[in-house]
Amino acid sequence: MRYSDEFRAPDAVAHLAKAIGETVTRSWSIMEVCGGQTHAIMRFGLDQLLPEGVKLLHGPGCPVCVTPAAVLDKAVEIAGEPGVVFCTFADMLPVPATTGTLEEMKASGADVRPVYSPLDAVRIASQEPDREVVFFAVGFETTAPANALAVRLAHDQGLRNFSVLVAQVLVPPALEALLAEPDHLIDGFLAAGHVCTVMGTSAYEPISATRHVPIVATGFEPVDILAGVLAAVRQLEAGEARVENVYERAVAAAGNMSARQLIEQVFTQVDRDWRGLGRIPASGLALRPEFKAFDAEHRFGPVDGHEPAGSQCIAGLVLQGKARPDDCPAFGRECTPQHPLGVTMVSSEGACAAYHLYRKWEGAAV
Amino acid sequence: MCLAVPGRLTDIWGEGLERTGRADFGGVVREVNLAFVPDAVVYDYVIVHVGVAIARLDEAAAARTFETLNAAGITE
Repeated sequence: MRYSDEFRAPDAVAHLAKAIGETVTRSWSIMEVCGGQTHAIMRFGLDQLLPEGVKLLHGPGCPVCVTPAAVLDKAVEIAGEPGVVFCTFADMLPVPATTGTLEEMKASGADVRPVYSPLDAVRIASQEPDREVVFFAVGFETTAPANALAVRLAHDQGLRNFSVLVAQVLVPPALEALLAEPDHLIDGFLAAGHVCTVMGTSAYEPISATRHVPIVATGFEPVDILAGVLAAVRQLEAGEARVENVYERAVAAAGNMSARQLIEQVFTQVDRDWRGLGRIPASGLALRPEFKAFDAEHRFGPVDGHEPAGSQCIAGLVLQGKARPDDCPAFGRECTPQHPLGVTMVSSEGACAAYHLYRKWEGAAV
Repeated sequence: MCLAVPGRLTDIWGEGLERTGRADFGGVVREVNLAFVPDAVVYDYVIVHVGVAIARLDEAAAARTFETLNAAGITE
């Protein structure tokens, strides 16, 4: 097994789509909460294989998109400090803060380095002891193990020139917040597979039970995504609401215990602002006091400020599943990946960018 | 940063939090940290996020997915 071609087999995809069609008798809206899944849905045209009544809503599944402008402002400010090497995932480079982008900082001479892993930033700190190395620790639960590991290794190696600007967010509190909106449209969730790989599925049990929504841990290949949709609509048609796992090859109910232990050791749960969603209680991670020395906000001052008022951009509604990217009058016209009005178009994992990449000609023809 | 594909381990060294290996992602070979997959061995497939393996793929569970679909008459 190679874990890719098998899960893209056209006959399996066609049969799953047929099974979904034979299952549904009513209209259902299922939200995926992962930019990777949104991209796979668009890339393989999976939404177009579904029966009329089944709609896929694209949730706040892109960490780049939900990172608030105030945190980006802090990143830009730190990157401009003398002696700083600012390390970041490349996805964050073009995202606009109110004061510009990291890319612009780099172009104007700041030492901004795109890295593949937070461990690369630790290596740079150890190789360049006279520089102050800061890593931009954004992401969901999927990047938390790597970020926790980077901090712990820097601690163990006694590095004094390494810190992290933490903007880690957590998926389950965001699902709660979406369901608490009185006008939400969500009948069920596809839970992002790799978030569940790390944290397991137990955090979804109370949400599914109290809000009566099916939540299905789902992978990223076409067969995985359609198997997730099928599991969700079967539950919905039967009037059930459970946590189900159709991504068993990578998700254990308890998650990855050694990763969870290190996350728990390094981070603590805090309230966080989400771009487009506002402040959500206990929806993020911050360093524990024992690791304060590695906190960039401790070294360079705290993140300060609020979200600026929206423009023509409807990214907030897109992130809540209340609008589709192509509902936006600016989509593909005033707003394109080259001239984005909002983060969901800037980020390669954003829903608007996915629609534009895979559906631009249809959009242009409207 | 969230896109992750399975890679096959080709060699492993180090221990504890510095357990490291090389994984082959369809021809592209990268160094990956293996601290969180202590039971992974060479030839296993792992899921890697931002340089760190977060899961060893369970081949039996993967096969079960297709058995379930077959049993439901969904694949042939």
